[in-house]
Amino acid sequence: MSSVAVPTPKAVHRSSMDWLQAWLPKLVLAPSVVIVLVGFYAYILWTLLLSFTNSRFMPSYKWVGLDQYLRLMENDRWWVASQNLLVFGGLFIAISLLIGVVLAVLLDQRIRQEGAIRTIYLYPMALSMIVTGTAWQWLLNPGLGLDKLLRDWGWEGFRFDWLVDPDRVVYCLVIAAVWQASGFVMALFLAGLRGVDQSIIRAAQVDGASLPTIYLRIVLPSLRPVFFSALMILAHIAIKSFDLVAAMTAGGPGYASDLPAMFMYTHTFTRGQMGLGAASAMLMLAAILAILVPYLYSELRTKRHE
Amino acid sequence: MKAIHRLALAVSLALPLSALAGEVEVLHWWTSGGEKRAADTLRRLVEEKGHTWKDFAVAGGGGEAAMTVLKTRAVSGNPPSAAQIKGPDIQEWGELGLLANLDNVAEQGKWEELLPKQVAKVMQYDDSYVAVPVNVHRVNWLWINPEVFEKAGAKPPKTLDEFWAAADKLKAAGFIPVAHGGQPWQDGTVFEDFVLSILGPEDYHKAFVELDEEVLTSDKMVQAFAALKKLREYIDPDAAGRDWNRATGMVIDGKAGMQIMGDWAKSEWTAANKVAGKDYLCVPFPGTQGSFAYNIDSLAMFKLNDEENRKAQEDLARTVLEPEFQQVFNQNKGSIPVRLDQDMSEFDSCAQQSMADFKEAAKGEGLQPSLAHGMAASSYVQGAVFDVVTNFFNDPEADPKQAAKQLAAAIQAVQ
Repeated sequence: MSSVAVPTPKAVHRSSMDWLQAWLPKLVLAPSVVIVLVGFYAYILWTLLLSFTNSRFMPSYKWVGLDQYLRLMENDRWWVASQNLLVFGGLFIAISLLIGVVLAVLLDQRIRQEGAIRTIYLYPMALSMIVTGTAWQWLLNPGLGLDKLLRDWGWEGFRFDWLVDPDRVVYCLVIAAVWQASGFVMALFLAGLRGVDQSIIRAAQVDGASLPTIYLRIVLPSLRPVFFSALMILAHIAIKSFDLVAAMTAGGPGYASDLPAMFMYTHTFTRGQMGLGAASAMLMLAAILAILVPYLYSELRTKRHE
Repeated sequence: MKAIHRLALAVSLALPLSALAGEVEVLHWWTSGGEKRAADTLRRLVEEKGHTWKDFAVAGGGGEAAMTVLKTRAVSGNPPSAAQIKGPDIQEWGELGLLANLDNVAEQGKWEELLPKQVAKVMQYDDSYVAVPVNVHRVNWLWINPEVFEKAGAKPPKTLDEFWAAADKLKAAGFIPVAHGGQPWQDGTVFEDFVLSILGPEDYHKAFVELDEEVLTSDKMVQAFAALKKLREYIDPDAAGRDWNRATGMVIDGKAGMQIMGDWAKSEWTAANKVAGKDYLCVPFPGTQGSFAYNIDSLAMFKLNDEENRKAQEDLARTVLEPEFQQVFNQNKGSIPVRLDQDMSEFDSCAQQSMADFKEAAKGEGLQPSLAHGMAASSYVQGAVFDVVTNFFNDPEADPKQAAKQLAAAIQAVQ
C-alpha cells in the first residue's frame, strides 16, 4: 500500500512522460488552433459586426441594423454580380465535371504515354488564375488574339468578340476557368477510377455488359464521393474567384462581368463602403454554407450508417 | 569588455548625430518612369536639407494598394510622415484626427498668397492646413494628331458641333475618330467633360459637388448622356478594358484622330519624342474653353510624436512648394505647378496654356473639381456615378433619360 502512496523516481518519470504523451499533440496543435480561431472565425464575426454598421473608410461601430443589406438588395451591380456567379458557377462546374470525367475515362483505357498526357492536362492547375486570366485575355481580345489570327489567315468574316460584349463576357470567364480546372477534375476522377475493384468490372464483362454500360451503370455511380469532392472544390473556386476576373476583364465592359468577390473588394477597399462590402461578404459566406452544410450533413449521416 | 566599451562609445557618438536629422517617410505611388524621376527630385531636395528619406512606394492600381497599406499603418498607430491623399479624402482622414497641423509652415511660406483659394480650401481641414498641394492636372483636354486631321480634312474642334463634324470626317476617312479605353474611370472622365461642356461650370458644380437632384435629372444632364451614347459610334469596338496609355498610343501612331484625356496623356507623347504644338495639339475639350476641371495631387501630413521627424516633415512641406521642385516635378508629370507665381518659360506650350487657363478660371466659377478623379465628391459617390455611367456607356440600348434618373438615385443611395 505504502509503495503506491510514495512514488518512486521512476514512476514520477513515467507519469510525466504519460502526461507529455497525452498533451503533446494538443500542445503542438494549439498554435494553429489559435491562429484559425482568431484569424478565421474571429474575423468572420468581426465582418458580421461591421455589416451592421455604417463603416466607410475605416471600421466604425455606429449601428445601422440591416440597412447595408437592404442597400445591397437595391444595388443593381450586386444583382449583376450574383447573376454572373450563377451563370459562371453553373457552367464552370458542369463543363469542368463533364470534361474531367470524359478525359479520365479515356485515360483509364491503359493507353501508352499516360503519365505524359496526364501531366499535360493537369498542368494548367499549376498556373495561378492571374496568369490564366491574362493569357486568355490576350487570346480572346478581338484586336490581337484568336479573332485577328483567323482574319489574318483569310477568314475575313470571322468575329469572336465575346470579351468586349457585355452580354457574353461571362462565358469568356467560363472558358478560361474550365481550361484551368478540368485537368484537375480529371486527376481526381482518374484516381477514383483506379480505386475501383477490377473484379467487378470483369464480372460485368462476363455478364456481357458493354464498356459504356459498365462505366455509366457501375463505375461512375461508385465514384459518388469523388464527384462530391470535385463539386465542393469547384463550387468554392467559383464563389471566391476574384483573380481570374481581375486579370481578365477587371469586371468590364462596364460592370458586366463583375462577380461578388470583386464587388466586395471594390466596395470595401477602394470605395470606402466597408459596411456594404462586409454585408456582401456575409452573403457570400451564406452561399458557401448553403452548399457546404447539406453536403457535410449527408456525408456525416452516411458515415454513421456505415 | 573592451568590445562592449567600444560599442557603447560608438552608440553614444552615433545617437546625437542621428538625432540631428529627422526622417521623412513618404507613401506615394509615383512609380512609372517620369513619375519616379519627379519623386526622386523631392527626395534629393529633402536630403539636401539634412534629413533622411525613407521611400514608401506602393505601386499599382492608381493608389488602391497604397491606400490599403496606409489604413493598416494608420490604424496600428504608426503612420508615415506624409502620404499621397487628395481631394475629399483629406477630410475623411482629418475627421479621424490623424493629420498634422501645418498652419505655421503655411504662414511662414505665405501659402494664402501662393495658392488659389479653391486649392487652399481642399488642403484644409477645419480651417487648418493639413496637406500640401504638389501639382495641378487638367482633366478637360482633347489630344489631337494634326497629321491625321489633315488627311481627313478635319479642323480642331472648338464646340461640340464641330467635334461631331470632325469625328464624322475622321470616320469617313477610315480612321478611328476617338481613341478610348473602356474602363469605368475613363468612361467617367469623358462623361464629366460632356457634362462640363453641356451644363457649364455652375451647373457642373451643383450636380457633382452639391449633388443637387434637380440638376442631376435635368434635361441638360439627359443631353450629356445622349452625347456619351453618340460617342459610341466613334470609338472602335475593341475599346473595352484598354488602358489609357494604349489609347494615347493609337493617336500617336496615327490610327486614331483624337483622345479625350487629362494632361497626364502628355507624358506618353513626350516619351515618344513628340513636340507639343507641332506633332500633337492639345485643345480644351470642346465647349469647356473657360473651364478647368482640376485634379490636384497632394501630400497629407500625419501627426508624429518624434520632434525631429516633425521638423523634417515641415521641411518636406516647405520643399514641395519651392519653385525648383514645382518645375522639375511638373515637367516630368505633365501637370502644371500649383504656385500662381511660377515662371512658366521652361514649360511646353500645352502647360503654358494650361497655366493661363488655370489662372483665368480661378478668378470665376470656371475652376471645378474633377469627379472622375476623386476631387469633387467622396469615393462612394464617385463609385456610384462610375457604375451608372459605365453601365450606360456599355449598353447599346440604354436610354439617356433613364440614365439621368438612375444617376440621381444611385447618388442618393450611397449618401
